[in-house]
Amino acid sequence: MSWTLALPEIVLAVAGLAILAGGVLPKRDTFFPASMAVVGALLLTAVLVIGQEEGTAFGGQYVSDSFSSFMKLLTILGGALGLLLALDWNEKEGLGRFEFSVLVLYATLGGMVMVSANDLMTTYLGLELLSLPLYVVAAFNRDDARSSEAGLKYFVLGALASGLLLYGASLIYGFAGSTNFDRLAEALSAGQQASPGLVVGIVFVIAALAFKVSAVPFHMWTPDVYEGAPTPVTAFFAMAPKVAAIALLARVLLGPFGDVAAQWQQIMLLVSMGSMVLGAFAAIGQRNIKRLMAYSSIGHVGYALMGVAVASDEGLRGLLVYMAIYILMNVGTFAVIVAMRRGGRAVEQVDDLAGLGRTDPGTAMWMAVFMFSMAGIPPLAGFFGKLYVFLAAVQGGFWVLATVGVLTSVVSAYYYLRIVKVMYFDQGVGALDRAPASLSVVMAGTGLFNLLFILWPAPILAAAGAAAAALLA
Amino acid sequence: MNAAGFPLLSLLTFLPLVGAAIIMFVRGDDAVVARNARWTALWTSLVTFVLSLILWARFDRGTAEFQFVERVSWLPEFGVGYHMGVDGVSVLFVLLSTALTPICILASWEAITTRVREYMVAFLVLETMMVGMFAALDMLVFYVFFEGVLIPMFLIIGVWGGARRVYAAYKFFLYTLLGSVLMLLAILYLWREAGTTDIPTLHRHAVPVAAQAWIFFAFLASFAVKVPMWPVHTWLPDAHVEAPTAGSVILAGVLLKMGAYGFIRFSLPILPEASAQFAPLIFVLSVVAVAYTSLVALAQEDMKKLIAYSSVAHMGIVTIGIFTFNQQGLSGALFTMLAHGVVSGALFLCVGVLYDRVHSREIARYGGVAGIMPSYGLVFLFFTMASVGLPGLANFVGEFLVIVGAWKVNPWVAAGAALSMILGACYMLLLYRRVAFGRVTREDLRGLLDLSPREYAVFLPLVLATLWMGVYPQPVLAVFEASVAALVQRHEAALNAARLAGL
Repeated sequence: MSWTLALPEIVLAVAGLAILAGGVLPKRDTFFPASMAVVGALLLTAVLVIGQEEGTAFGGQYVSDSFSSFMKLLTILGGALGLLLALDWNEKEGLGRFEFSVLVLYATLGGMVMVSANDLMTTYLGLELLSLPLYVVAAFNRDDARSSEAGLKYFVLGALASGLLLYGASLIYGFAGSTNFDRLAEALSAGQQASPGLVVGIVFVIAALAFKVSAVPFHMWTPDVYEGAPTPVTAFFAMAPKVAAIALLARVLLGPFGDVAAQWQQIMLLVSMGSMVLGAFAAIGQRNIKRLMAYSSIGHVGYALMGVAVASDEGLRGLLVYMAIYILMNVGTFAVIVAMRRGGRAVEQVDDLAGLGRTDPGTAMWMAVFMFSMAGIPPLAGFFGKLYVFLAAVQGGFWVLATVGVLTSVVSAYYYLRIVKVMYFDQGVGALDRAPASLSVVMAGTGLFNLLFILWPAPILAAAGAAAAALLA
Repeated sequence: MNAAGFPLLSLLTFLPLVGAAIIMFVRGDDAVVARNARWTALWTSLVTFVLSLILWARFDRGTAEFQFVERVSWLPEFGVGYHMGVDGVSVLFVLLSTALTPICILASWEAITTRVREYMVAFLVLETMMVGMFAALDMLVFYVFFEGVLIPMFLIIGVWGGARRVYAAYKFFLYTLLGSVLMLLAILYLWREAGTTDIPTLHRHAVPVAAQAWIFFAFLASFAVKVPMWPVHTWLPDAHVEAPTAGSVILAGVLLKMGAYGFIRFSLPILPEASAQFAPLIFVLSVVAVAYTSLVALAQEDMKKLIAYSSVAHMGIVTIGIFTFNQQGLSGALFTMLAHGVVSGALFLCVGVLYDRVHSREIARYGGVAGIMPSYGLVFLFFTMASVGLPGLANFVGEFLVIVGAWKVNPWVAAGAALSMILGACYMLLLYRRVAFGRVTREDLRGLLDLSPREYAVFLPLVLATLWMGVYPQPVLAVFEASVAALVQRHEAALNAARLAGL
């Protein structure tokens, strides 16, 4: 039975329904047990993903291979960690409603469907399943004008992107005769010139996915939504949807459209370079740490997309390694940001971290580790993420891309260093509240990963290599 | 051959990290933590130093091969391995790093009173990075250590530095990072080209001549900043002035040597044609550095800044020596690097002694110090003379060899190098006269105490080393003789092969 290939998604969807039903019944607030149930369901799904066989299901609409397994694990990791970050925050902000955890579950599920999509229709299905819960969680703090604005902004622009995707898909269907990735690959491998209509369709699809990964020039929503959404939601935004959308982008471009790479490569090169440059320069002036992280994530997407733009085996491997490391740097950073409270009130200015090196040496040390890692300074993990995409660019002979990449990483080092400077060099403005235990655990865990990745990088590299080979086989 | 099976170099490299980890877990009130941190750091660095003495003693001076080699597979499918080893070029720099670290820790004993734990951790991490960098035989491992130095040094300057520490820390970090990432591109190119990042393998690999110029300039971007060469030296005076005394010592003593070491380890053997082609450029930059920064040093009002500019001038001598490609020039360059490491480190410590007491580095603030602190006056005079290049003290040997080596290439370059000795005498003697001699114009200086036993302990090894290297340099020269000879030979062979191919 081929539908067993989709067992992880099916189990997760059923678990979500069960948790939803279970959450409605009790009178009391059930955020914490529901969240634990969701984390449990995600872990179970992860186990199922690891044991998943390879193949296609549902008439070729759905594919399971080691690429999808790798990216699904990252998506699940992002979802589970994002929910962990929300545990303490939502209680303190009065957002402890169980629907939140179920929404995170379904968004993660949507991401998983996207990763496994083997047809433009499945792509759309997954994208919508991902997006709808995200619109809601972005506006979850409904009494806060900024949060509502974030949700609305994300919804309007997200709907536009969905429209672009659908229009692109219809063009592709019209000019190539199929929406199935395998059949598209066959149709396009004949070596003939891709028709202009098809190219326009590809561009529309790229635009829609670039919106989801917040790559330049479709990044405008990112700072506002990141700033307005509740902080754990911002963390989630920066992880699961990004991984899923980047995975989909890589699959679409390198799979069915791999043979017409010449048609889209310039676009991806420009998108990648634009994201790196904007991420580096626009973040310099930011005072709000969530906005700063928004621009930082645009920059990181630029580096990751280098792996797609070079359109090679090495590039794809670099992309996968980059995303794995990015998730674990990001979740740690956001654990620190979520923990930023003074007198019970959440604060989010960079200057609120002043003097943290004295008042809370542990948190400050982990934050410094994450910042140096994000800046790509060895021996921390972030360096290796960048190393492999740069290596792929150099191997492909993309010198301009590689040079822009290394130079923007110097520029972006400036604002990462500024956070270290504020924590260690500046006079304190009063201590922050003690970080709750759940966040300290996340910080320490991801911090140790960033510190010790250098000692044993082989497992992640090998898994990424296998996943890349599976997609390009 | 020696110590096979015993990972002496890895032990040397990572022992300081163990010390740092122990310090991190010390609990108690501030005074207890500070005391424990100081002693743990001192003992860790002393044990490391003793281990490096063993390394030095068991080092076979007769061969140019890498010794104490360790190889562990790390990223096998990428052709990258954890590969460590030393030859005559690097072994003494390992020794220099491990020798200066306990001295620095001792020098910071009373000067650092806030966040002692973090300070000692940063210094031990720094030691790991320095030793690892000199011992690395894989380009990627080298790069990791080379860049890793930035993190502890950034914190040392920024947390414990002077008034403009933030500016200086940023400038140091970003300047160096900008150079380094360009080197990373070069490393990636060589990686693609040769399929490995193993340095001994790359030494045997012939890089296409057409690509050599690009690679050379990418390496130059990194090493020139680190050396520092004119005109990218401007981060150095700021970093030196703002860093705490021990930070300046390590910066001048070891960090500046990393760039010159990079030239010898990468540029010369891997890119022989490009090195030969661009040697005149290096000569011009170096001679300008010698003349210009010496003149700038003359005009300084800040003691540390003056010594910082003198460092740039001395490193100009080193780069001249490296690009002469002959035995005397290269040996002289290496010798000058070691001598400068000891002497400029000691000079910064001399400034630190005054700064600890008066909290000013301004030259005009002092006068007649030699009369009030006779022992200090003597030590300061000793190192001033060494820096000037007085025969019988360390610097003279190295600079003389470089001038001899440069004469063989071009007498004008030799003349430019010799400028350093003349101008060096001007600014150093001026500094010494204004600080140590003359009438005591400030009454509060009369109460200054002479060197404490701890300070004697700091200066004594440096004085002995300077004297020894000046009076009997042969044991030091013998260490790198074989390696330098092999380097020169290989360089000439490569150039000859290129010339034949051109005919």
